[in-house]
Amino acid sequence: MRWFARRLAFYVFAIWVALTINFLLPRLMPGSPLGGLLQHLTPSQLSANPGIVQTYEALLGGGHHSIWQDYVTYLHRIAHFDFGISTSNYPTPVSEVVGRTLPYSMFLVGVAFLLAFLVGTGIGMVAAWRRGGAVDSVFVPVFMVLSAFPAFFTALLGLYLFGLKLHWFPIQHAYDNGVIPGFNWAFLSSALRHSELPILVVVCAYAGGWVLNMRTVMITTIGEDYVTMAHAKGLRDRRVMTRYAGRNAILPPLNGFAALFASAVGGLVFVEFIFSYPGAGYTLQQAVLGNDYALAQAILVVLSVCVILANLIMDVLNLVLDPRLRTG
Amino acid sequence: MTALAEEPAVRRTSRKALLELRQLAVEYGSGARGVRAVDGVDLEIREGEVVGLAGESGCGKTTVANAVLQILRPPARIVGGSVLYQGEDLVGKKPEELRRFRWRNVSMVFQSAMNALNPVMRVGDQFVDAMRAHERIDRRRALARAGELLELVGIDRRRVRAYPHELSGGMRQRVIIAMALSLNPDLVILDEPTTALDVVVQREILQQVEALRRDFGFAVLFITHDLSLLLEFADRIAIMYAGELVETAPAERLGTNPRHPYTQRLLQSFPPLSGPLERLSGIPGSPPDLSDPPSGCRFHPRCPHCGPERPELYGRQTTERPVLREVEPGHRVACHLVEEEEEVA
Repeated sequence: MRWFARRLAFYVFAIWVALTINFLLPRLMPGSPLGGLLQHLTPSQLSANPGIVQTYEALLGGGHHSIWQDYVTYLHRIAHFDFGISTSNYPTPVSEVVGRTLPYSMFLVGVAFLLAFLVGTGIGMVAAWRRGGAVDSVFVPVFMVLSAFPAFFTALLGLYLFGLKLHWFPIQHAYDNGVIPGFNWAFLSSALRHSELPILVVVCAYAGGWVLNMRTVMITTIGEDYVTMAHAKGLRDRRVMTRYAGRNAILPPLNGFAALFASAVGGLVFVEFIFSYPGAGYTLQQAVLGNDYALAQAILVVLSVCVILANLIMDVLNLVLDPRLRTG
Repeated sequence: MTALAEEPAVRRTSRKALLELRQLAVEYGSGARGVRAVDGVDLEIREGEVVGLAGESGCGKTTVANAVLQILRPPARIVGGSVLYQGEDLVGKKPEELRRFRWRNVSMVFQSAMNALNPVMRVGDQFVDAMRAHERIDRRRALARAGELLELVGIDRRRVRAYPHELSGGMRQRVIIAMALSLNPDLVILDEPTTALDVVVQREILQQVEALRRDFGFAVLFITHDLSLLLEFADRIAIMYAGELVETAPAERLGTNPRHPYTQRLLQSFPPLSGPLERLSGIPGSPPDLSDPPSGCRFHPRCPHCGPERPELYGRQTTERPVLREVEPGHRVACHLVEEEEEVA
């Protein structure tokens, strides 16, 4: 448990670092949020309202403070989940915009990443167990090729092939036009259909890593004495493969889960952009283009916290799966 | 504990052949690069008997054990001969038949106690797994039986809840021994069961096995490179060299009257437990490369009795493979020199 407390302290530190970088990054970017707002106004509108610049400044919580003062205010507001007003969605609060888009991304990444993990480790496990067998000689090369492509390329390929040419999947958005988001069948089924292709793409892009990783570890694990002994005990082949070899082989790749998750969150921006999927990644890209500091910052904060949380979950999972860590 | 101990103790009288290896041959890999790790081994184990199999590292002892249980994994495979269990050949049996045979009829205590238990599974569950693979028994009763088996080897029954890493090396080895007895098999293979342990624990464990054997009546195939252990515990001993059997004899005969030069040398390589210390001689040279074994007698490059001084014998030693011949009841040797001496006598 002391080990766990240390990990927890580390994560708090990691979150603080992420928040600070989040604070600094947009301030190092060219342009200002005010500029983003003012560019929607024509020069004549500007000259007709001489006080408008000050008004907007005040609205954005502006004024001219030192960067330290800004930093303290920033931390204080984040602690209260107050991210300010989104300039590109003026006057909607940032938290509302994030709250609207995040569920789509969470669903997309969560389901896709879990599927990639299950499919990848499953295939890796069977491929190692029956080396040179059907799974090993068909699925392994296929997934290796797929994972060699960057996610956005796979996304474009999938979109073109299955969306535009074959019409198997809708090509954009998270749900059909005219459907109102809510907890009803029409919306949920529509949302599900729209998420299928992006999920498929993410699975194809990320399962390959799991396949290779799992296969390699599994091959060494098969040589362990406890696997031979399980076999000698007369256990069914499938049980030896899953409960003895696979159950142990999964531990090392699982440690890479969090790192891979971070890269998947990065890939999310591209995939959502390509499918015009209104998730956090897509919104982030829109926010950056629109100089919407507050929104971009908020999404970056949320994404970094998600990645750190994924790490934490992995740590807990490791404790659950490996009894040797619990007593150590 | 009592329920377990009461059952057998009858079988030792009949002394029927339980397991027979006939000209067993196992190869690793195939074709020109294939290595024949076991080459024409004949071995018989009768009911309730303790047979020792000794030889240097890499001579094929463990391969023989794996062949008996039919758990050789590619690239190893049986290329010839048969493994008869109660008269039935195991080679070529269906996977499901073999699965039922394993552990139920023949179980095995593995070489490395440290590694033979699944590290992420409670000890009790590993017993339960073995029992439930062979019989209908609910988890609770299986766990209770696992507890009884643990007590049989002197471990607290509450340890069924322990993970392997929470046990010492000696305890782990005893857990595996208890596990090997969980289905009351006819034959238990001990594959260097004590090499990873210190001498004191080694003795304790072997005495425990001996006591359990008297209660349960199972036969033992004891594989080791420590001939001194076998002289003490085995009824019969078989000596293996470079994939072949070179001598088999009742333990006391082998100890007092070893005939094969390799056996003689092996006996001289460890200090006597009592009596004055003598200089140990060891065996010069090293075991042959099995991918290219010596012609004729495989021991001839290291044999002290092999030299060109006796051209006729030398010719046979270097070109002709010696076969096992009986020199006295139950004592068989594969050696040209012994053969010649017997003919003269």
